[in-house]
Amino acid sequence: MKKINLIIILFAFISLSASAELSINITKGIDNPTKIAIAPLSFYGNQLPEDTSRIIEDNLKRSGLFDPISRKNMLSFPGTIKDIYFRDWKILGAEYLVIGSLILSGDFYEITYSLLEVHSSRLVFTKIAKGSKGQLRDLSHHISDEVYEAITGIEGAFSTKVAYVTSLKSNNKTLYKLMVSDVDGARERLILESNHPIMSPSWSPDAKELVYVSFETGRPAVFRQNLANANRKQLTNFRGLNGAPSWSPDGKKLALVLSKDGNPEIYTFDLRKEKFIRHTNHFAIDTEPNWAPDSKSLVFTSDRGGSPQIYRLTLKNGEVQRLTFRGSYNARPRLASNGRTLVMIHRSAHQFHIATQDLVNGDLRILSNTSLDESPTVSPNSAMLLYATKINNRGVLAAVSLDAGVKFLLPSKQGDVREPAWSPK
Amino acid sequence: MKKIYKYSLATIVLSLSLVGCSITKNNSVATMTDDRITTGSIKNNSIQGSTLKTDIKVPRVFYFEFDKVMLSSEARSALRLHAQSLRSNPAKIRLLGHADERGSREYNMALGENRGNVVRDFLIQEGVSSSLIEVISYGEEKAASSGSNEDSWAMNRRVELK
Repeated sequence: MKKINLIIILFAFISLSASAELSINITKGIDNPTKIAIAPLSFYGNQLPEDTSRIIEDNLKRSGLFDPISRKNMLSFPGTIKDIYFRDWKILGAEYLVIGSLILSGDFYEITYSLLEVHSSRLVFTKIAKGSKGQLRDLSHHISDEVYEAITGIEGAFSTKVAYVTSLKSNNKTLYKLMVSDVDGARERLILESNHPIMSPSWSPDAKELVYVSFETGRPAVFRQNLANANRKQLTNFRGLNGAPSWSPDGKKLALVLSKDGNPEIYTFDLRKEKFIRHTNHFAIDTEPNWAPDSKSLVFTSDRGGSPQIYRLTLKNGEVQRLTFRGSYNARPRLASNGRTLVMIHRSAHQFHIATQDLVNGDLRILSNTSLDESPTVSPNSAMLLYATKINNRGVLAAVSLDAGVKFLLPSKQGDVREPAWSPK
Repeated sequence: MKKIYKYSLATIVLSLSLVGCSITKNNSVATMTDDRITTGSIKNNSIQGSTLKTDIKVPRVFYFEFDKVMLSSEARSALRLHAQSLRSNPAKIRLLGHADERGSREYNMALGENRGNVVRDFLIQEGVSSSLIEVISYGEEKAASSGSNEDSWAMNRRVELK
């Protein structure tokens, strides 16, 4: 029985407030999701500020791979292994059971939790997670990650965050906001508010900073902002486009697009030396660079062949290779962390969908079925992606699993939501 | 942005000759002596809008086809008039390029800039100094019409002269 002590680092931007502006509607799940029971956490004392078990249940449900058993059908609420009557859970059809108990020791919550296989009455693991009083949600996401990984073999991504841009029109004025929330939409935090457009957020690999484009100077410019202390710095101030920043996985550089020399070209910016290097030299549009996981090459959009298509640029020799050939519009590439799955906008029958292309066997797969889909972003475990679309003339975020088996919408209660960026682990 | 409407010297001279043979005051464009007209040169900023206001509304927004950057003939005629005015009275202008919402946002930024550049190049070709012109693309970020249909998209694929 392995015990893991976990102290989650508290970022200043994490607070107790759990008022989620985004809510989740699942529109499609897989055919045979795993039945799992998450028994309510047992504890002594006052009611907890968060329903930990419910958060875990919602996380697993949203992955599409699990069908959590309703709490009201449970026959018992065991807090420890010796309190479990497996028969109670077999009757409900549960394949797995998660139980846990919480104690407050000093200023820390300590949750001891176990995952059990019901049919064989087998203990899969017992683990301990510790966190400060404001971190019940973080603890819940962590437990979700552990359970998800033990059952599916895939690393969980419930502890990650998502950045996105919202816009709200009132009295002929538009208010733009850059927001960050948990990936379930909870704990939404304002990062930047402006009367001028905000675009293209991209995370630092340590998930502590964002780069984005803001028009606050009257022109588009790239800014870097620390999420904990809100320190920000303008990185570019060139004529023309200053856009599409993408932080390298090794943390050292940004890839971005500048048109200061006449038309849009791909550059990298060394964050330590503060030096720009130009990598493309073509009269066509070159834009939307995104890094390969090894930080050695970039994928980008170019219309050098007559229509927007995806290309790969190898940085050490400047070699450019075309990757997409099907369809007359493939744009906004993102490479999944597996380095093999290319995610992009693909036009088919005059509609713009999210598609994946397997870079090894070339398979193209359309994942979305709405018509104005854009800005795909892949979860760090390459299991899901988020994208922006329009439903009833409103900008909303949607999620789909990379195998297209699971789909859900994250509608905003107010205004338009767009440009999701899924944080690294 | 200063709004000074003055489109052609010919128009100016014509209107002055219609007024009669009195002599123009400040900002003289043409001096008249004894019914004879002698054209003078137009100095920078010598013409004030009030004396030369015209009813002609020359379009300041130019529209484009989807994923295209070609100028329409209407846009070209309007831009010729703007060029004439800018040549005779240089003023800094901004060309704000826009795209419709379809496709990717950053690609649309590039498309908006290309449209702005096409308008800029036309004005330069018509004799306007390139130093007066700045192109700023807003991509699809500032739609003129918010609908998701052909009519709205057509309204949004534009360059605004400011």
